[in-house]
Amino acid sequence: MDLLRFITAGSVDDGKSTLIGRLLYDSKSILVDQLEAIERASKSRDDGEIDLALLTDGLRSEREQGITIDVAYRYFQTPKRKFIIVDAPGHIQYTRNMVTGASNCQLAIVLVDARHGVVEQTRRHSLIASLLGIPHIVVAVNKMDLVDYSQDVFSDICIQYADLAKKLNVEQVTYIPMSALNGDNVVDRSGAMPWYDGSTLLEHLETVELSNDFGVQLPGRFPVQYVIRPQTAELHDYRGYAGKITSGTFHKGDTITVFPSGETSTIDAIEIAGNHLDMAEAPQSVVLHLSSDVDISRGDLIVRSDALPTSSQTVEAMLCWMDTKEFKVGNKYVLQVGTARTRCSVREIAYQLNVNTYEETEDVDSLKLNDMAKIVLRTAQPISFDSYQQNRATGGAILIDETSNVTVGALMLIGEA
Amino acid sequence: MDYLDQLESEAIHIMREVAGQFERPALLFSGGKDSITLVHLALKAFRPGKFPFPLVHIDTGHNFQEALDFRDDLANCIGEKLIVRYVEDTIRTKKLKEPTGRNATRNGLQTFTLLDTIEEFEFDACIGGARRDEEKARAKERVFSVRDEFGSWDPKRQRPELWNLYNGRIHKGENVRVFPISNWTELDVWNYIRREKIDLPSIYFAHERELIVRDGKLMATAGGVIKPEADDQIVTRQVRFRTVGDISCTAASPSEAATLDAVIDEIQATRISERGETRMDDQLSEAAMEDRKKGGYF
Repeated sequence: MDLLRFITAGSVDDGKSTLIGRLLYDSKSILVDQLEAIERASKSRDDGEIDLALLTDGLRSEREQGITIDVAYRYFQTPKRKFIIVDAPGHIQYTRNMVTGASNCQLAIVLVDARHGVVEQTRRHSLIASLLGIPHIVVAVNKMDLVDYSQDVFSDICIQYADLAKKLNVEQVTYIPMSALNGDNVVDRSGAMPWYDGSTLLEHLETVELSNDFGVQLPGRFPVQYVIRPQTAELHDYRGYAGKITSGTFHKGDTITVFPSGETSTIDAIEIAGNHLDMAEAPQSVVLHLSSDVDISRGDLIVRSDALPTSSQTVEAMLCWMDTKEFKVGNKYVLQVGTARTRCSVREIAYQLNVNTYEETEDVDSLKLNDMAKIVLRTAQPISFDSYQQNRATGGAILIDETSNVTVGALMLIGEA
Repeated sequence: MDYLDQLESEAIHIMREVAGQFERPALLFSGGKDSITLVHLALKAFRPGKFPFPLVHIDTGHNFQEALDFRDDLANCIGEKLIVRYVEDTIRTKKLKEPTGRNATRNGLQTFTLLDTIEEFEFDACIGGARRDEEKARAKERVFSVRDEFGSWDPKRQRPELWNLYNGRIHKGENVRVFPISNWTELDVWNYIRREKIDLPSIYFAHERELIVRDGKLMATAGGVIKPEADDQIVTRQVRFRTVGDISCTAASPSEAATLDAVIDEIQATRISERGETRMDDQLSEAAMEDRKKGGYF
């Protein structure tokens, strides 16, 4: 059975948590005791209606404030597919949590309030979804009940969003009019919108094509996590490189190149839990054995020699800055790409991206929390990577603050600067 | 790729990240199905090498004997180091006040022993079998969850965690709780156990047992942990345990399911969540788990 990870994004009061609650409730994925718990909690509030949002707002401060602060994960399954829902915060202050949630998703649901149309948050979240290269976007035009289920309102919003999608080069967009509160077009087809003949949200989630999402057709990449060396009498010469194939395929006999050293060798054996295989593919976790003695340790990248990555000490990237401390030209950080870490310094901020207008501002020398920019880094050691646009696994990187140890930036690498 | 293969690969990747990033990790092992699954995943991640961490059990002294025997046999059979530390000892040496009364449990005191054990061995990472589908505070936690020197989880200051890039850099005294099966559901664990033919303690399957009926829940009389009161009814029933934790806070479920297939059929059909059915400790308040995590619980 397939597994689809999707994120719900949108403005603060667009009803994201309600939509998730509805999806779970109507697909009968909420268990009796969980429902009783939210019924109890709903009663202790003013209106007395069951508040489906309480299902996902798991922290005390979230329930108190009625907002989502951090990502919550929910799991459900239909006879057709398994789903991981990533419920992300809408508030601008928590954008970094939204980025965290979005980074592993194959699909993003962008909620739009039918009364307000495309707003600032819609633009920001769509930008993040496009920068992160999420392949499928669903625009959920919610609260249709509050605009009398008007087809004109829906069409106008589709036109507004299509314009935005064009600017972002987002190709796969699906539009669905719904009312999460009443359940229209979430799981069950709406009787109130006979003019809409597309899929309901759940039908779409169950059938959207996922076959290309693991990067099996991309070049073979294998960041080394750990070297297995039992050093026992009977396994004296055993030396296995443990890691996860992040893209492509590896076959026994393939010629490989190790980065950053550039040494080459061939694959002698591929093992999963003691079983030998002729071939393995992304996203399998395996152990590789090479035919020759090559110096390899954690942080090295093994690739198939037929398609080499970029290896460089200057790298250009899109940055999503996630810390309250300012990001400045000249600052030093730890850069992590795959399992490799190296120190780096900020050489340049090429431009800052306005998250609403998508305009580029040059002559910027510092960035604040949740700012996006194109930057250039200089690294202490060469790093090996692919462009994020082509390969999410070896093109994504993080910046770590050397003193606080916190992850402060998400990088979508572009190429050698 | 099948979803179980995806989840397995993700979990193995996370375990190897622990091995690669930390100097003194540990695997928290309780003898329950989730930590047994972790051990199985660790075998897949590191064999034919040894585990780069010991198994660590914090024993409340109120565990099911079947689970303890299983724990010892498993550690023995795979030839890995097992460290056991006892809540009893912490109570004695630190003069902790043990909860008393009708539904008293040592579950909360585990945290003290766990933090002491982390300090004793200077563990910088502890792998645990918590899953996000279990509970709403757990649904919010990162895979690499950084805790301060008091073991506290601060839900408002979680690190960003992108793609499959895990940042395990910490200051001395801090530690990271790592949850490789974060994205597994209860049913995924059971399906994986069936697929991989993983052995479990016998109490996961239907058996006859003496129980106390209390507040609508069936609590084991085993070990005399729960003291029957005058109006408590003692019954003998065919039951199994859906989760295996401390006797004082884990309820049994009436069941005839004696095989894995039968257990999975029952779980598929149930309309009650795992912790809702079996755990007394989560039902204290709406934020019971969040509060315990802030106090250092895993």
